[in-house]
Amino acid sequence: MSTADVLLSARGLTKRFGGLAANQDVSLDLWRGRIHAVIGPNGAGKSTLTNLLSGDLPPTSGTVTLAGHDITGRAPHQISRLGLGRSYQKTNIFLPLTVQENVRLAAQSRQLQRPWNPMHWVDAATQHAQVQARCDRALELAGLSARRLVVAGTCSHGEQRQLEIAMTLATQPQVLLLDEPLAGMGVAEAERMVELLLRLKAEHAIMLVEHDMDAVFALADHLTVMVNGQVIASGTPEAIRNDAGVQAAYLGEEH
Amino acid sequence: MSAPKSHLETLPRSVQFLLATAVVGLALFPLMGSDYALQSLSRMMILAIFAMSLDLLQGVTGLVSLGHAAYFGLAGYALAFLSPANDPAALWWTLPAAMLFSGAAALVIGFFVVRTHGIYFIMVTMAFAQMLFYLFFDNKALGGSDGIYVNIRPGSGPIDLENKVTLFYVCLAAMLLVYAFLRRLLWSSFGRALVGIRINEHRMKAVGFATFGYKLSAFTLAGALAGLAGYLWGALNGFVNPELMGFHMSAHAIMMVILGGMGNFAGAAIGAFVFEGVLHWVKDLPQVGSVRLGDHWQLWMGLFIVGVVVLAPRGVLGLVGSALERLRSGKGEGA
Amino acid sequence: MTLANFLIQLLNSVQYGLLLFMLAAGLTLIFGIMGVVNLAHGSFYMLGAYLAYTLAAQMGSLPLAIVVGALIAGVLGFVLERLLFRHFYHRDHLDQVLLTFGLIYVFEELRAIIWGNDVLGVKIPESLDWSIPLTDTLSYPAYRLFISAVCIGLALALYLLISKTRLGMKIRAGAFNRDMTESLGINIELIHALVFGLGVGLAVVAGMVASPVSSVYPNMGSQVLIMCFVVVVIGGIGSVRGALIAALLVGLVDTFGKVLLPQVAGMLVYMLMAAVLLWRPEGLFKQ
Repeated sequence: MSTADVLLSARGLTKRFGGLAANQDVSLDLWRGRIHAVIGPNGAGKSTLTNLLSGDLPPTSGTVTLAGHDITGRAPHQISRLGLGRSYQKTNIFLPLTVQENVRLAAQSRQLQRPWNPMHWVDAATQHAQVQARCDRALELAGLSARRLVVAGTCSHGEQRQLEIAMTLATQPQVLLLDEPLAGMGVAEAERMVELLLRLKAEHAIMLVEHDMDAVFALADHLTVMVNGQVIASGTPEAIRNDAGVQAAYLGEEH
Repeated sequence: MSAPKSHLETLPRSVQFLLATAVVGLALFPLMGSDYALQSLSRMMILAIFAMSLDLLQGVTGLVSLGHAAYFGLAGYALAFLSPANDPAALWWTLPAAMLFSGAAALVIGFFVVRTHGIYFIMVTMAFAQMLFYLFFDNKALGGSDGIYVNIRPGSGPIDLENKVTLFYVCLAAMLLVYAFLRRLLWSSFGRALVGIRINEHRMKAVGFATFGYKLSAFTLAGALAGLAGYLWGALNGFVNPELMGFHMSAHAIMMVILGGMGNFAGAAIGAFVFEGVLHWVKDLPQVGSVRLGDHWQLWMGLFIVGVVVLAPRGVLGLVGSALERLRSGKGEGA
Repeated sequence: MTLANFLIQLLNSVQYGLLLFMLAAGLTLIFGIMGVVNLAHGSFYMLGAYLAYTLAAQMGSLPLAIVVGALIAGVLGFVLERLLFRHFYHRDHLDQVLLTFGLIYVFEELRAIIWGNDVLGVKIPESLDWSIPLTDTLSYPAYRLFISAVCIGLALALYLLISKTRLGMKIRAGAFNRDMTESLGINIELIHALVFGLGVGLAVVAGMVASPVSSVYPNMGSQVLIMCFVVVVIGGIGSVRGALIAALLVGLVDTFGKVLLPQVAGMLVYMLMAAVLLWRPEGLFKQ
């Protein structure tokens, strides 16, 4: 694969909170067509890393490049518009709105944003063909087409996790950062999600933060292991499985 | 902090019917009402416009402004300054000019204020409104604490606001136009984005919305609409003073929006009528023994406000909505 | 401006700033720890002034009245918190704003019923009713220095309480992590009631000690409330240190502004606030 397929690149990312280094000198690449899993014990800094990449936190030092643009320290909405989509570990949806409206709003974000333009004050939000198309496709991918009109707050936990993904997909990103998408899911739902991720792989660069080791080893093309804010190993699943350091620090204890 | 509220956005048929009836009643009122009642209702309709403009910020976008009266008062002053000493001001351009003035002030102040959140937003909106209050209060050139008179009410062509009935219908038309516009806005892409910002601004940013621009636009538009109300108020009363921009006026507006039920504009309008009604009623309370109850209206108003917050935080329409939910589902769970 | 004039204005700035700090400290603590915004905080300042009027007359001594007033205020704050405010910690800021606005009306009317609407005066205690000569023609009232001294004393006491005592540690813990503090067996509800009582006490004492200089009149609460809000916004919510620095800054800008630029004096403090907001939208010392 050529370097043109590296969609997101992080170099030397460090994040300090006072004296504590939540992330220390973390580097990784996300390639189109590959799922890159980030694993590690609780407190390893995985969530911080995701936040650094999505713009929710500015790094203390280091750089992040997305599709050729330097996005270090940029605001989340700008990074999103450049083609990054992120789902959250703790479900972060619009609870009082319907499933459809949740996804439609995410899809609407891709329209040209001119909030001061009075034309947008009097148009009909649901009549935009392009937005509807994006919304429908995302709902279909996430398997929620039948549940469009249900209020998100009344959905089951698994459906809400599906909605998380649907909203992320509705912005048609090139890079997906998925924070524990399988968390709290039943067996059938988890299988569905794994299928979906394999389907999405071809067109996207995916970073997956997960604790479910079965899913990780089934999905990942590449693994990064973090402990205490640092990367202790990075490589193919086989290499990681056999790495003594990783076994000692993480796999041996957890499994 | 409570979870983001789901507001009643689509009004139940029964409520729509009642509102339509009320509007028809208002339209027919001048045929039978007294002059005094005409003036009272005109006041209420103007306050309804003011409250609806605040609902755009508070109910729809979730921005609690404790300084919205600034834009109300500024437009009133604009009318006063644009009115010649012995002639009526020309309605056709002074009205838009006043709205533009209020909108511009909202844009400038909004630029500073919209970057804050939560309690900061409440405090700084109040602070900037107080700044304007003192600007007018302390400067004789701007009328000082005494205020300014609008000697002759504005007019253009056949519309002469000196005529109380004409003024009444202008207020009614303005109220209905603003309501129709805002209802349309609620379901536009701009309106849906504002609702998203209220419910979860963090996720809106994460999916790519530049929320600052949306909030500032809402703030500016709300200011301009408050200006429409302020202009009409100045025309109705023939007089403006710094209290129109004051903290009490802003707090009353918040109360009106909450009293009726937030987020659908009808509630704000209803709340304005109810609040003004209660205020009048409380000030006119009779004498009991040696105590004129009406003199202590502040106490009654204060207790009324506290009561509403404790007992009916989602306002009249909230109560109606909950009641209808219960009737429909047969259980006790609300939306 | 001569040196003596400058000194006078400087002392006035500090005195005004310290009074604002007394109010802002309570407001910012109550908000920082319990998450409640209280628009009626200015009413406590007003209550202090009116209490000074009544108690000083009854007891014949303002300092004694202040001590008694502080105790009354503490109890009042405690009771208000237990009965009313604690039910609003989890409510929207909107509800809190309206509730406390309603309270302003209630307090104003109770004040009118008890004390009427006239402007009242409180006499400076004789022991402090003298002036320090600065030049042949200018002198500075000793009582104003007394006001500053009381405020400084209370500020120090507050600092010692919060950072050096176990109670202060519990207060800080409660602000930081409520659930954890509760699980450690600390009575968080008692802490909240004490903090509220403290906040009210500071506001009342400020009103009492300032009353001979500011006089006692209706609406004095609203005027000081807005300045208090500006101080908290500039200083940063929850930061007592920020409140002190912001209060002194506001005192300086307002006092010198009135002397040097009288036409825009009223706007200067707000311009300061706007400038701070551009630079730090969450105040100078964000918690």
